[in-house]
Amino acid sequence: MFQELKTSVLPAVRLLLVLSVLTGVLYPLLVTGIAQGVFPSQREGSLIERDGRIVGSTLIGQPFSDPKYFWSRPSATGPMPDNAAASSGSNQGPLNPALAEAVQGRIDALREADPDNKAPIPVDLVTASGSGLDPHISPAAAQWQAGRVARARGLEAARVAQLVTEYTEGRQLGLLGEPRVNVLLLNLALDALK
Amino acid sequence: MSNAWMQFGLYALVLTLLAWPLGRHMAQVFEGNVPVFMRWLRPLERGIYRLGGVSEDENMSWQRYALACLLFNFLGLLVVYALARLQAVLPLNPAAMVGTTPDLAFNTAISFATNTNWQAYGGETTMSYLTQMLGLGVQNFLSAAVGISVLIALLRGFILRESRGIGNFWVDAVRSTVYVLMPLSILLAVTLVGQGVVQTFAPYHETQLVQPVEISQPKLGADGQPMTDASGAPVTEQVTVTTQTIAVGPAASQVAIKQLGTNGGGFFNVNSAHPLENPTPLSNFLELLAILLIPAALCFTAGMMLKDGRQGRALFASMAVVFVALLAVCFTAEQAGNPLFAKMGLDVQASDVQAGGNMEGKETRFGIANSTLWATATTAASNGSVNAMHDSFTPLGGLVPMWLMQLGEVIFGGAGSGLYGMIVFALVAVFVAGLMIGRTPEYLGKKIEAFEMKMVAIAVLVPCITVLAGTAIAVVLDVGRAGVANPGAHGFSEILYAVSSAGNNNGSAFAGLSANTPFYNTLLGFAMLLSRYWLIVPVLAIAGSLAAKQRVPETAGTLPTHTPLFVVLLVGTVIIVGALSFLPALALGPIVEHLQMWAAR
Repeated sequence: MFQELKTSVLPAVRLLLVLSVLTGVLYPLLVTGIAQGVFPSQREGSLIERDGRIVGSTLIGQPFSDPKYFWSRPSATGPMPDNAAASSGSNQGPLNPALAEAVQGRIDALREADPDNKAPIPVDLVTASGSGLDPHISPAAAQWQAGRVARARGLEAARVAQLVTEYTEGRQLGLLGEPRVNVLLLNLALDALK
Repeated sequence: MSNAWMQFGLYALVLTLLAWPLGRHMAQVFEGNVPVFMRWLRPLERGIYRLGGVSEDENMSWQRYALACLLFNFLGLLVVYALARLQAVLPLNPAAMVGTTPDLAFNTAISFATNTNWQAYGGETTMSYLTQMLGLGVQNFLSAAVGISVLIALLRGFILRESRGIGNFWVDAVRSTVYVLMPLSILLAVTLVGQGVVQTFAPYHETQLVQPVEISQPKLGADGQPMTDASGAPVTEQVTVTTQTIAVGPAASQVAIKQLGTNGGGFFNVNSAHPLENPTPLSNFLELLAILLIPAALCFTAGMMLKDGRQGRALFASMAVVFVALLAVCFTAEQAGNPLFAKMGLDVQASDVQAGGNMEGKETRFGIANSTLWATATTAASNGSVNAMHDSFTPLGGLVPMWLMQLGEVIFGGAGSGLYGMIVFALVAVFVAGLMIGRTPEYLGKKIEAFEMKMVAIAVLVPCITVLAGTAIAVVLDVGRAGVANPGAHGFSEILYAVSSAGNNNGSAFAGLSANTPFYNTLLGFAMLLSRYWLIVPVLAIAGSLAAKQRVPETAGTLPTHTPLFVVLLVGTVIIVGALSFLPALALGPIVEHLQMWAAR
């Protein structure tokens, strides 16, 4: 038995070392190298530059609360919403009273910002996303907000609705995932209108 | 609704179409006939043996195979522990992470060495790039290679006759890595970067928010501690936040192998719900494929190595039947949603402009269909990565992933470990059938006798006992109950889910549970060790015992194990063991919560 152990330890140590170099150093470096060659912007996080400064990432949501902007999905990250340095969901169970309270609070805030809109609110607009960084809302949630945004900006409703349509992505390859609207890109486009 | 089923159908189709050729590829690799298009990797393989000082030709007894496997895992575990503890003074740490606590390092090292990848920490707030790459990433490869090797050794038990050995652990592990895991990972990683997964060594990005946000946070005193007012309540102050810090890192390389190796440990805290870990529906589709690809392909590998493809197809069919049935339950429950939301007057109807249903904890781009497909796949396989927060699923939607883990991770299961677990259940099935007709049971041409059945009993019972006893310990102790985040039955579900996950080497979580405590790190650490190695060692013992036997010729009295009847028998065995063991516990958690939820309507 002792002999068995002795003849197994050394190969185990040496192979762990060799395979660590292969899978823990060479492999990530190779992937990084190829990525740099083929997808240089994606590999850094798909950052958006405007006038020489970085205003965010197309893949990372930002919080909005001004009526003139489309609002993102609620975010459960702390201490601030959409904290991309510490992603998190709410992890509230379906019967947790804190969930009901949070959802009601969000409904109230949306209603207060747009008292005349009596349409039912799409569920994704008042439920926290899984990552806390969801860059998208559903097209339904965007349409629900379009009237408010148009009024706050003094724009024609049709103009804003057209912009929403323009920024609506369908299912990928016509089939995969869900239709969605990128909130940050849509808001940047709104700001660029005038 | 119909779109969801089209996506499910496409997934099943592409998975099967890819699993077949990959299965054949792996059969060739492990039989020693490396396919021509990969022969240029032979020098690399030989070089690894030379540097490792091992002989390619050694045929190991099952004891020696097991010893090599355990030693290799133990050493890897030490490396991860050391990296996590020492990361503060090691390079590649731009976010200045401090060394982890001993209990977290213990838990994490076991977790990654056992292919569980339970994460009591959040990646972007705890681990340096070096720890992720050289510790966690390496174990992602090696723990998967170990699982595949053990399966191949078990298959050899059925194939070999009167043999003292069951193959060479080093060769099996190296071939898994060089010819299967690495090429697939490189391909997947680069494709994922194209979709937007980050792969960089740069520090975290600092960006400007378009609209600054007001938050209230605890005011800190001069001593750095939160201040309290005269009545002891914390004092808060209003702060305007104008920037966003975006965590990045070498994620794509890690995400690829985390999925392919059925590891599941996320680079970021929220795993594949994170837009930089899983940015698009296409990246989601590819990652989903990667979760089940190798476990599914190994069914075909088994059929080819046994020179009886029907056996592999029967195993595949048994897994697929359970998978589809439970996916339907999970999807229906989540799309029906939380009755509370409908009561509040929200629009929860699925349509062409929204996913509807229970969107708490889910991402817009994935909706209900892809979140439930993922939840089912990741717990059917012992993957454990998530793209939605299972803790916020409806009770029945959450029951499905929990029960899939409790079934013993045999519905596709882990890379290698899923199929060797399923073969263990097949031995139970032929044993039960043998009792009914009064014949010595046989499987794949080998007699199943007392020694094998004792080992089977250990392999089936250890995970069940670990889960139930571990949950019992956690709920009777204050330190266990203290971790719970949600009140009522859901809190019990959080504990049961965590121990089921660790006790079956899955790694997914009802993430509300505060698991980064000395109590949970230790309890779950031991649960992961028990269930991994108390399966591997008995399985290798079965392999050794079977390899030493002569083949029994097939006669009219042999129970065919490739027929639909046997599929029913096998599925029945898995379901009955899983139901008998866990229904009472599930009744206290998700089932009672389900009744409460619909009664409250």
